[in-house]
Amino acid sequence: MKVSCPHMGHLHWMLDDLFERLGVDYVKPPPSTTKTLTIGAKHSPEFACLPLKINVGNFIEALELGADTLIMAGGHGPCRFGYYGIVEERILRDLGYDFKFIMLEPFDDGKWAFYKTFESLSPGLSIRKLWKTLKASFSKGRAFDEIYKRSLQVRAYEVNRGDTTRALKEAEQVLVLAYTPEEIEEAARESLAIIDAVDQDLDREVLKVGIVGEFFLLLEPFSNFGLEEILGHMGVYIERSVWVTDWIAPNRDNKIYGFPKQLVEEKAAPYLSHNVGGEGRETIGSIVLMAERGFDGIIQLLPFGCMPENIATSIIPKVQRNHDIPVLTLAFDEQTGRAGLVTRVEAFMDLLLARRGSKLALAGAATAADAATKQPSLSKL
Amino acid sequence: MLPGRTELADCLKQRMEPTSLFSKPTGAMRVGIPRSLLYYKYLPFWKTFLAELGLEVETSPLTNKQILSWGVEVAENELCVPVKAFYGHCMALRGKVDALFVPRVVSVEEREYTCPKFLGLPDMVAAVAEQLELPPLLTPKLNQREKPSEFKWQLINFAREEFGVGTMDAVAALETARLAQRRYQESLVNGHKPLDMLPASRLNRTRWKAPKGKRKRIGLLGHPYNIYDGYITQNLVARLEEMGAELVVPEMTDHHVLMQAATDVPKQLYWSYEKEIMGAINHWTENDMVDGVIYVLAFACGPDSLVQVLIEHRARIHKVPLMSLTIDEHSGEAGLVTRIEAFTDMLMRKKKTVGAVA
Repeated sequence: MKVSCPHMGHLHWMLDDLFERLGVDYVKPPPSTTKTLTIGAKHSPEFACLPLKINVGNFIEALELGADTLIMAGGHGPCRFGYYGIVEERILRDLGYDFKFIMLEPFDDGKWAFYKTFESLSPGLSIRKLWKTLKASFSKGRAFDEIYKRSLQVRAYEVNRGDTTRALKEAEQVLVLAYTPEEIEEAARESLAIIDAVDQDLDREVLKVGIVGEFFLLLEPFSNFGLEEILGHMGVYIERSVWVTDWIAPNRDNKIYGFPKQLVEEKAAPYLSHNVGGEGRETIGSIVLMAERGFDGIIQLLPFGCMPENIATSIIPKVQRNHDIPVLTLAFDEQTGRAGLVTRVEAFMDLLLARRGSKLALAGAATAADAATKQPSLSKL
Repeated sequence: MLPGRTELADCLKQRMEPTSLFSKPTGAMRVGIPRSLLYYKYLPFWKTFLAELGLEVETSPLTNKQILSWGVEVAENELCVPVKAFYGHCMALRGKVDALFVPRVVSVEEREYTCPKFLGLPDMVAAVAEQLELPPLLTPKLNQREKPSEFKWQLINFAREEFGVGTMDAVAALETARLAQRRYQESLVNGHKPLDMLPASRLNRTRWKAPKGKRKRIGLLGHPYNIYDGYITQNLVARLEEMGAELVVPEMTDHHVLMQAATDVPKQLYWSYEKEIMGAINHWTENDMVDGVIYVLAFACGPDSLVQVLIEHRARIHKVPLMSLTIDEHSGEAGLVTRIEAFTDMLMRKKKTVGAVA
């Protein structure tokens, strides 16, 4: 049995580890590329959201590599994600592929079914062993999230452009090798130290930008053209509202993000008081939180036609007015180009810089002309 | 040159709309129900319930050019056209009512949801309410996800808190409303269309039908708020019937039968309205009830975009011709007419050839 599972950001590190522990033969789909998306978009329904199209592309490429068992995460709605699996299976079967399809439903929806799914992959697996395995892989996932989070902040201050990305690659390799819980703990410390060792200029004035939105777009750099790296190289300090392990953890205490789901929901309540699926409510809540914490601006990412995010987008103008924070909404589909994205992001950063200038003028009672000359420019950052 | 049919219809509609001039001022609170989205499913229930509570109920006029362009202007541009129209309908009720009735319909079946957009609708309208000077919103939450009968208490509590009526009065209003809804649904099953029964829908109705025996049975799949909104779908129902179609719509079959028929997938659909649509095509193809199917879906409709795959698969394995018709606020009349004419002609020829062989 050769198992495969679609890509979602750096989830594949965790899966690598998990399947190795379970003794399952794992076929990692080739990294998502434009070709993946082209294949996926060709066979998917026109208005399906971008993640589904990339998933289908990943599955087809994995099947070509010899995978015979496909795993897809499930859910109970109302977002479309929970029903992806069934539709993807239908599309692939209609294309004539033969495979076994497994829907992995969330732990809360049935603990026994959750265990049985893993048991079918690795016969004879005990509940105890599954629990230990999941715990170990999960802690490794946490360590990966930690280094990615740190890299977003370090990149804004790096002296030599590209240092952080190189350090990140090195840190990944350190973490990949860790196996036992002690080793993982040790590797987590070591990898963070590698990131921190990057040459930084901490006196530099940087813009603070929050990235919120739909989880796949936030987690998968391929789908957003590596937006975080683009911003980082402009010298922008980034915080992101969604992380792989935060998203998987059943209790949703958002250890990596730092703000538990409950708090985020409370912040969203005046604007959106009910769960609308996906990250709709969390997007609103995170914008409020970030505005309160003094961020310069927010970028919202969503796949074109995403229902929960569209609800959030409809409400964002009110949040913007009340909290006086600029929000840039970027919708992605298979037609989106990198150049258009970069232009828009650059313009947004210019706007944020100009705003910062005007705020300084207000606070320091300086004249408008003074503020204009004091404005930091992107090239200086 | 003569004005086009839809333009004429629009003019007439405006004139025939009952305006508030004729309604007697009774001093009661006036509540507005926007004529969009779930209006087409639950109007009898909502209207009776509110009226029984002693409120004056007003609905917005039929969708027209003005209403849709208001909606398109205000709404986020990635939303589907019926939701955009909903914004327009809310705006059409400005100044005519004291409150807008925008319920949050979370779930109408156990363990299922409606569309996410219905879950967020009150918040979406509230976000623009101030800017558009909309009347205050009444947003009861109806959620049967955990327990099927829970909506009764949710409505009773809503009536008590908002209007200060007694529990017994609220219960009585609720029962009358449920009776009205049941009657509506029964007549739908008996072959009446929502257009025959919902107020002021006269002009969307069919004027001429082909003689029986010459008609082709066409299944019309899709959400009632698209199909029966004569402006959004360019009078699709009347057009098809005038072209000689015997329409089969999901509402003609008992709700439970449809839900049962939709259970042949490995994982149950969690959107109730899409489940109904899935059930309808399964039921039709199994019982050979249709010669062809027209599937109307709104551009960027989330659930439909996935269910489409399953529906097209179903039609393919049963060899039933299916045409997916995507609509949005830019859809032109000519394009639509050409496509449905081609489809009905194709069905007619197919029927003839099959008849000749037999």
